[in-house]
Amino acid sequence: MRVIERLRLDTISSTYISGGEILPVLDCISLTVKEGEFVTVIGPSGCGKSTILRIAAGLIKPDQGEVYKDGAIITGRPQLVGYMPQQALLFPWKTLKQNAALPLLASGTAKDKAYEKVEKMLPLFGLDGFANYYPNQLSGGMKQRAALLRTMMVDSNIMLLDEPFAALDALTRGKMQDWLMQIWEQFKRSVLFVTHSIDEAIYLSDRIYVISDRPGKNAIEQKIDLPRPRRIKVLATAEFANYKQLLYKALE
Amino acid sequence: MKKWGNTAKRLPAIILLAAIIIFLELVVRIAQVPGYILPPPSEIAAALIDNHALLLSHTGATLSAVVSGLALAIVLAVSLSLAMDRWRGLKEAIYPILVISQAIPIFALAPILLIWFGVGLLPKILIVTLVCFFPLAVNLVEGFGEVDPEAIDLMKTMKADNWMIIRSVKLPSAMPYFFSGLKIAATYSVLGAIIGEWLGARAGLGIYMLRATHSYRLSHLFAAIIVVIILSLLMFKMAELTGRVAMPWQKEKNNIMEG
Ligand SMILES: Nc1ncnc2c1ncn2[C@@H]1O[C@H](COP(=O)(O)OP(=O)(O)OP(=O)(O)O)[C@@H](O)[C@H]1O
Ligand SMILES: [Mg+2]
Repeated sequence: MRVIERLRLDTISSTYISGGEILPVLDCISLTVKEGEFVTVIGPSGCGKSTILRIAAGLIKPDQGEVYKDGAIITGRPQLVGYMPQQALLFPWKTLKQNAALPLLASGTAKDKAYEKVEKMLPLFGLDGFANYYPNQLSGGMKQRAALLRTMMVDSNIMLLDEPFAALDALTRGKMQDWLMQIWEQFKRSVLFVTHSIDEAIYLSDRIYVISDRPGKNAIEQKIDLPRPRRIKVLATAEFANYKQLLYKALE
Repeated sequence: MKKWGNTAKRLPAIILLAAIIIFLELVVRIAQVPGYILPPPSEIAAALIDNHALLLSHTGATLSAVVSGLALAIVLAVSLSLAMDRWRGLKEAIYPILVISQAIPIFALAPILLIWFGVGLLPKILIVTLVCFFPLAVNLVEGFGEVDPEAIDLMKTMKADNWMIIRSVKLPSAMPYFFSGLKIAATYSVLGAIIGEWLGARAGLGIYMLRATHSYRLSHLFAAIIVVIILSLLMFKMAELTGRVAMPWQKEKNNIMEG
């Protein structure tokens, strides 16, 4: 079976201009996400991780380089992808159900059908019974899950997740990671994931890209050959420790 | 519980108001101030009761100008601010003019409208619209300016069309701004209608006040003033209430603000 390349960023360089000053953010970044692959981008704060996701979604046009989705150039043209921004961005004026149904409504699904679909997914996302709650009535973890549910509702096999668990406490975070893995194993989407946490990156990923401090450059690319399905005990293995040391060095 | 809390908070104001009323009543009676200078509160109350049918019919006339003018202002403000949000050049062209237009005194403009449109309902509606349009439009423009660009990006990755972005992101996030503008506009609206009626009308509280003044029936004038105050408060409360119904997600916040 041929492995399909879902996403490719090819020698991307990007700058922001704010207040007349030019800020180089990305310097010749390349990365790929294959079909069903879980790829993580890790790097220090401000190195341009969120910018990479925005470029991958076609929301920003880079100064240089091209973005390919399923082999076609899409550089700078917004794409239908499951994008979860860093601030989960549930709309406070919509209930959980309405928020999660947005991608379906945007693609022209009838309202009652869309809500029905969302309601069916609620138990899997641990949100059963909260369909009609507004975001400010949900806990932090529930908000993240609701945002993930909305992301999952986008009819695309690519998901771009920007530090989805950063704001959570360690305990909740661990639970959410396990839960995300199960969801991912079940739905087999291609994921481009951003995190600060080395442990999280190793635990979840098939491959990891380490990005250097701003302007972000490819530092190393690391394949993670831990068997799947992974469960919490993998954290205690020697391989895990090795990967951790490797990545830690690359990030220094 | 909440009702009691509110009443307790307003108690000082209520006591002060009662004290003022009693004080006026006593002063007027003891000093024997003639009715055409300052009528005692009891006489004003009597005028309110005796004339309630007439007052009510004039209130109706004023209210119809207020409501139609406000509605027209809302439609205009929403469409114009949406257009300004959509086309940046339009905003740069119109916004300064909008601000300058506020320097034109409504008292100067009203007679012109009367000359153009006669003494019927239309010039009053237009004056109300003029008065209400500005706070609505300015707040809406500001609200649309505050829409999170990330939220719009998010909608783009869902392939949402422009209309859906307006409906699900821009309008709701501008709504708190709209309703704070509406509260101001609603209060101004009554004033606008009265000014319009002062300058010429067949019916309305403004013309009633004018007639009462000309015939030195000050108790009737004060009765009308009380009706105007009540009307303004009602409009304000209506705006507030509509805001609460339209923004159920803000319920928590409202409760916090009320303590
Ligand atoms: N819209 C913008 N305009 C100007 N500069 C920006 C903009 N967005 C980001 N930047 C700058 O670009 C750099 C990279 O930002 P980005 O958000 O991609 O970093 P990040 O790696 O995601 O950081 P973090 O880990 O803290 O989320 C930062 O220095 C930031 O200040
Ligand atoms: Mg970021």
